[in-house]
Amino acid sequence: MLKSRFSVLAVGLASSVALAAALGPADAQTDEETQRGLERFRQMLREDPWSNPALLDADRGEMLWSEPRGPRNVSLEECDLGKGPGVVAGAFAELPRYFEDAGRVMDVETRILWCMENLQGFDAAELTARPHPGGGQPVKEIGAIATYVANQSEGIPFQAKLDDEHGREAVALGEALFSRRSGPFDFSCETCHAASGQRIRLQELPHLSNPEEAREVVGEWPAYRVSSTHVMTMQHRMYDCYWQMRMPQLEMGSEASVALISYLVSMADGGDVKAPSIKR
Amino acid sequence: MRIFLTTTIASLALMTGAAMAQDAPSIDKARVDEAIAAGFARAPDDWKPRLTPDETMEQCNASRNNPPDNVFEEIRKRAEASIKYPDDGVLMGDWKKGEALAQSGYGMRFTDYPAARENGGNCYACHQLTRTEVSYGTLGPSLLGYGKLRDFSDEAVKAAYEKLYNPHAAFPCSMMPRFGVNAVLTIDQIKDIVALLMDRESPVNE
Repeated sequence: MLKSRFSVLAVGLASSVALAAALGPADAQTDEETQRGLERFRQMLREDPWSNPALLDADRGEMLWSEPRGPRNVSLEECDLGKGPGVVAGAFAELPRYFEDAGRVMDVETRILWCMENLQGFDAAELTARPHPGGGQPVKEIGAIATYVANQSEGIPFQAKLDDEHGREAVALGEALFSRRSGPFDFSCETCHAASGQRIRLQELPHLSNPEEAREVVGEWPAYRVSSTHVMTMQHRMYDCYWQMRMPQLEMGSEASVALISYLVSMADGGDVKAPSIKR
Repeated sequence: MRIFLTTTIASLALMTGAAMAQDAPSIDKARVDEAIAAGFARAPDDWKPRLTPDETMEQCNASRNNPPDNVFEEIRKRAEASIKYPDDGVLMGDWKKGEALAQSGYGMRFTDYPAARENGGNCYACHQLTRTEVSYGTLGPSLLGYGKLRDFSDEAVKAAYEKLYNPHAAFPCSMMPRFGVNAVLTIDQIKDIVALLMDRESPVNE
């Protein structure tokens, strides 16, 4: 029932998006129709939160979390997300944070990767070789687990444990990266996210160094992305921004990726976790 | 009253932001460069130069795009010297090709290799240009009526060409890409976009 209703919605929306793409941007009305279609779709999802397809990935993530897996055939229930081994409820709202055992600050995906490597015996290099799904592909395992973990903090305000020496350094590094321009287009994160009310084409851009706007949007990730029909995680969001900036592929779990996420979450402190949400 | 209150709140928010920034430990450049190198560790060798800001970007980064007067002038002069002009001196091409380039965001992303088509200018991502295209961004100013507002003058044609080739010659630390000097667009492509802005027949000037 759930699935069939979702399919109808998704097909309806996908066809209006496809139509917009096929007709090209010269057709003014199509963009407005697409916008209206998207708004209708989002409205239907708000009225029935169970129709968010990202929840299927959260379920998959929960199974991946609790099943014995990997070369050592153990579950992730010994994985400490910061609130003690196996404690998932509320853990995401306190991430990123410093982990003594790893000796570094980690966001949710980096921590899951660390646990998969160190508890289950997976090969981290293999997991990070192609860490994010292509269009139409489901989110990868780490992303599904991250969706589950994030969803277990839904409604809880961000209170990331970044107020120690390591956390403050991660935030400061993230802030420095946020404004660092390089590459053939001379872009930095600030090119698009340092003012309110601006757009790329029709896409509105959040002012991410403004706490009020950061609180609105940062807690929405991981999110189901309608245009690519999969869950996009925060690590994937960073990777995709750098793609757009004409930079190389950002390493999942790298210090730079964690620092940027730490900076964004520090800006969003006190804003509710709303993951998984739904995006264009 | 409401305006006053909003302004006060806004400036308070700004002050808080500034205070927070001051409390943060300072991160030196070497530390940032190291994080960037590790963050893009698998980048092929021919992509590595993208990780390092050039002299101009270094100066813009160091001043958060607000360079002191002497550096401002240094950037401007360097940009001026970087601009190459077409051999025949003709700065306007075909506005129809320019319009297609303004629509295209293709090129130089890591999924764009080997290149399937020419790089675009993606002008509409940030600028309004024509009345017919309503899907335009607002990161840059509206360019509607650009040529008409400048009386289609030769000086304005030259200024548009230079702005596209290297915007730092007009505005040091401009947010706009340096399409010419960074080899994003060819001289011919830049001429086509100049025509989109300056040609009397262009929909920009309708």
